[in-house]
Amino acid sequence: MPALHAFANPARFLKIARPLTPVLFWAGAALALFGAYSGLVLTPPDYLQKETVRILYIHVPSAWLGMGAWSGIAISSLMYLVWRHPLSNLAARAIAPAGAVFAALCLITGSIWGRPTWGTWWEWDGRLTSMLLLFFVYIAYIALARADADRGGDGRVPALFGVAGSVLLPIIRYSVVWWNTLHQGQSIGLTSSTIDRSMIWPLFFTLGGFTLFFGGIVLMRMRAMLAAQKVEARMRRMAQ
Amino acid sequence: MNHWAFVIAAYAVVLIGAGGLAVASYLAMRKAEAAADAMKGKK
Repeated sequence: MPALHAFANPARFLKIARPLTPVLFWAGAALALFGAYSGLVLTPPDYLQKETVRILYIHVPSAWLGMGAWSGIAISSLMYLVWRHPLSNLAARAIAPAGAVFAALCLITGSIWGRPTWGTWWEWDGRLTSMLLLFFVYIAYIALARADADRGGDGRVPALFGVAGSVLLPIIRYSVVWWNTLHQGQSIGLTSSTIDRSMIWPLFFTLGGFTLFFGGIVLMRMRAMLAAQKVEARMRRMAQ
Repeated sequence: MNHWAFVIAAYAVVLIGAGGLAVASYLAMRKAEAAADAMKGKK
């Protein structure tokens, strides 16, 4: 844990974040583009879903980031509540808008996939509704964090909200098990998959690529927030 | 409707969404860091 605490120093963080930002961003973009190209061109169509199965390569990484980003918010918020590291609070606030974008992309791509597959754009079933709820929770968190910062709050209320919101994650994950749903059950596990090898491999490129890309975006947002804080602190000193 | 139309629409949405997020984040970072650098010289 002492190593983790060392990164909580903004100067040390920036020393690592500055060179890491372009590496994560461009490596992520390259992997994601290669995975998307492979998914569009190099894999066979599904025997049942035909060409629409290709939406898998962008829908699954969007869902992974939509949910994974909230895990990041929850962990950062917990770290802030326990150790009071300002960088943890900053990280949670930097992750939120990016996570909301990917949750929205998951919902939109899922809806587009649903129309030719299920015959409907939307169905109020467990998986879709719980994911939509997560998107609204993101919006609520962003609004709460902004309001807290505007009134000079110490960030504890958004942090509590960040931890509490994580209750949605197992609900989304197990919604296809607990309820009858149009959404298919789990097809990719840690050790096995029901998707044929000839079709699944580009997914690993898009999953890895989207994750690195997301890391680059979060670092950019954290750097922007740290720089804004620096300007604000300096202006306050100048006003005194 | 042709299945490819749905596939292309989904990929376009992700490209616009993720690309827009990247551009907005990069511009915000550049603007904030330039402002912080400009403040360095002032007392």
